[in-house]
Amino acid sequence: MTDAAELRRRTRELLAAHPPAGTDRTDFLRARFDAGLAWVHYPQGLGGLGAPRALQAVVDAELAAEGAPDNDPRRIGIGLGMAAPTILQYGTEEQQRRLLRPLWTGEEVWCQLFSEPGAGSDLAALGTRAVRDGEDWVVNGQKVWTSSAHLARWAILIARTDPDVPKHRGITYFVCDMTDPGVEVRPLRQITGEAEFNEVFLTDVRIPDSRRLGEVGDGWRVAQTTLNNERVAIGGTPVPREGGMIGKLAATWRERPELRTHDLHQRLLGLWVEAEVARLTGVRLRQQLAAGQPGPEGAGMKLNFARLNQEISGLEVELLGEEGLLYDDWTMRRPELVDFTGRDAGYRYLRSKGNSIEGGTSEVLLNIVAERVLGLPAEPRTDKDVAWKDLAR
Amino acid sequence: MSAQPEPALLHTEEEEALRAAVRDLLTDHCDPAGVITRTESAAPHDAALWKSLADSMGLAGLLIPEALGGQGATHREAAVVLEELGRAVAPVPYLTSAVVATEALLACGAEDLLGELASATTVAVLAVGLHVAPGAAFPRVRYEGGALHGELTGVADASFADVLLVPADDGGLYAVRAADTTVTPQVSLDLTRPLARVTLDGAPARRLGEAEPALRRALRAGAGLLASEQLGLADWLLTETVRYLKERKQFNRQVGGFQALKHRLARLWLEVAGLRAAARSAADALATGADTDVAVAVAQAYAAQVAVHAAEEALQLHGGIGMTWEHPVHLYLKRAKADSIAYGATGTHRAALAELVDLRAP
Repeated sequence: MTDAAELRRRTRELLAAHPPAGTDRTDFLRARFDAGLAWVHYPQGLGGLGAPRALQAVVDAELAAEGAPDNDPRRIGIGLGMAAPTILQYGTEEQQRRLLRPLWTGEEVWCQLFSEPGAGSDLAALGTRAVRDGEDWVVNGQKVWTSSAHLARWAILIARTDPDVPKHRGITYFVCDMTDPGVEVRPLRQITGEAEFNEVFLTDVRIPDSRRLGEVGDGWRVAQTTLNNERVAIGGTPVPREGGMIGKLAATWRERPELRTHDLHQRLLGLWVEAEVARLTGVRLRQQLAAGQPGPEGAGMKLNFARLNQEISGLEVELLGEEGLLYDDWTMRRPELVDFTGRDAGYRYLRSKGNSIEGGTSEVLLNIVAERVLGLPAEPRTDKDVAWKDLAR
Repeated sequence: MSAQPEPALLHTEEEEALRAAVRDLLTDHCDPAGVITRTESAAPHDAALWKSLADSMGLAGLLIPEALGGQGATHREAAVVLEELGRAVAPVPYLTSAVVATEALLACGAEDLLGELASATTVAVLAVGLHVAPGAAFPRVRYEGGALHGELTGVADASFADVLLVPADDGGLYAVRAADTTVTPQVSLDLTRPLARVTLDGAPARRLGEAEPALRRALRAGAGLLASEQLGLADWLLTETVRYLKERKQFNRQVGGFQALKHRLARLWLEVAGLRAAARSAADALATGADTDVAVAVAQAYAAQVAVHAAEEALQLHGGIGMTWEHPVHLYLKRAKADSIAYGATGTHRAALAELVDLRAP
């Protein structure tokens, strides 16, 4: 087993061979990947050393101390957090060797073609069709809420390959080349005025069968790997007291005594307490994970996060009074990064409305808590044994 | 804000073993029907149960040093006991005697009385109203010629106490034998933690120390650990309601399968998960002394709404049976509502936080 001392040694070797000051950023990142120091828990030859995941921090700290460039993980979060674990679990060796290195270095950006206008919470009802034609699949359909599609080289895609079986069974998982001429990306403007997301229209897109991930008809199971990793990515990092949205509101309160009223004060304190309790719940969850006893609290963290972001930013707009009547900028823009706590209170208020929809609506998450944590009866299923083509739509 | 020390929010194996032992005892000796019957008897406190907890298991001395005959444990262990006592709405003076009075005696260095409390030969209570918050003004009786004169109301568990700790107008905290006072039970909202009026008519008293710092310490510990009792209440209410809604059938299906109810229970579960973290944080902060004022204020500014909400949801979701005297949910509702006032209401703890974390009022 590779231990911390060994990782430190390898990291110093990398730094000695490729001094960050005199090395091109991409060259350095490629060398880091090839040294197995990209994600140490990945297998040897695929950017890792088969080491415990927790030891990544050792490498990151050594590299940060020397001013080494990182792969800007926020910009390539979908690739790192969702595509990579799926490729690792279901990809062929050839797929892994071709795709993972540029994914990790950020040379190739990834996006996710899952949601459709007719398949949101009920993702398994998706209707984008993939029809076999020789060695290829021909894909037609429309995807929506796709971040980074306008920057992406690749997409993870789920499409219907068999409409004659119940919906979960007729789906297949592909890697889609976003430069294919049949792929059209259009910005999707949202209530904040900007367009973080896209609509993606797929017209006779040809995907070679060699870019299928997992078996034909097994795409729903493969997608669970992707989606489970999405939930891990949300709410997994330690937050200091007053981290996130509540810190913004508290700062405004302290800096602007002229805005204070008794009503706002009580509501501020109530939300401050709830934000602190949500933070402590996260601390406890991480301590459970570290002790090898994962608790069910994870399912609830996003519910807290969404509701508190919305209430806190809403209170801040109200606190600002006359200024709360203004908005910083309605210009249609295409931000590369999303910062929930960025910009003015008005933007945060509007953007946070999406927090209870994206990554699983709060209503679906409440069902998950009720059924999986509390063991209450599942929703009645009328779609279980019905062929996808016969479902109501 | 500056980084806070990270509290240890899990229960250790030893703490889980302690929990199991207390739960076993309560399962055998504190069933809901018995508690309901006892509330209307002449002796609302369960003396036999108290003897088992305090004496046989040695739990009255958890916070008392071993040198004085106690267990030399911490607030973390006392919190576990309170979680279990809350789950059973047990009518015993653990919070009032083994936590609040004990802390006051520790502040005064009253070793003889601490020894008596540890050996479970004496029950002591702090003779101020249950509603008094840490740091708040408290009533004081008149000290004159070595004796105390006056009346105090709302004193929890006074009718079960042997010794009363009484603040007087000379700034001192005095020990008075309950037998030298008149203790008159008050008809209390919470049937399982009854209040009483204490009348002192020249009661002989022994000065223990300064009242102000002793009360501040005692009431802060009481407030902080009350959150664990509230967690126990809420946890029982949620568990029992979920159990009942899986069993109860209407419209030819399990009532717990209706989404409107599932969502209410899921939200409640999320609140209880938050309370577990907040209560654990307060207990840990009391044990380590790190960030204690904030941790206690956060827990108490959060716990009441959760415990009361859990009780109100439990009652509503039980339907008609929840409204009967026979079903125990009302004991939990009454305790939860009384706890929302005990040691300071939510607003009082919010006001404390406003100062502590610099979020000042207009």
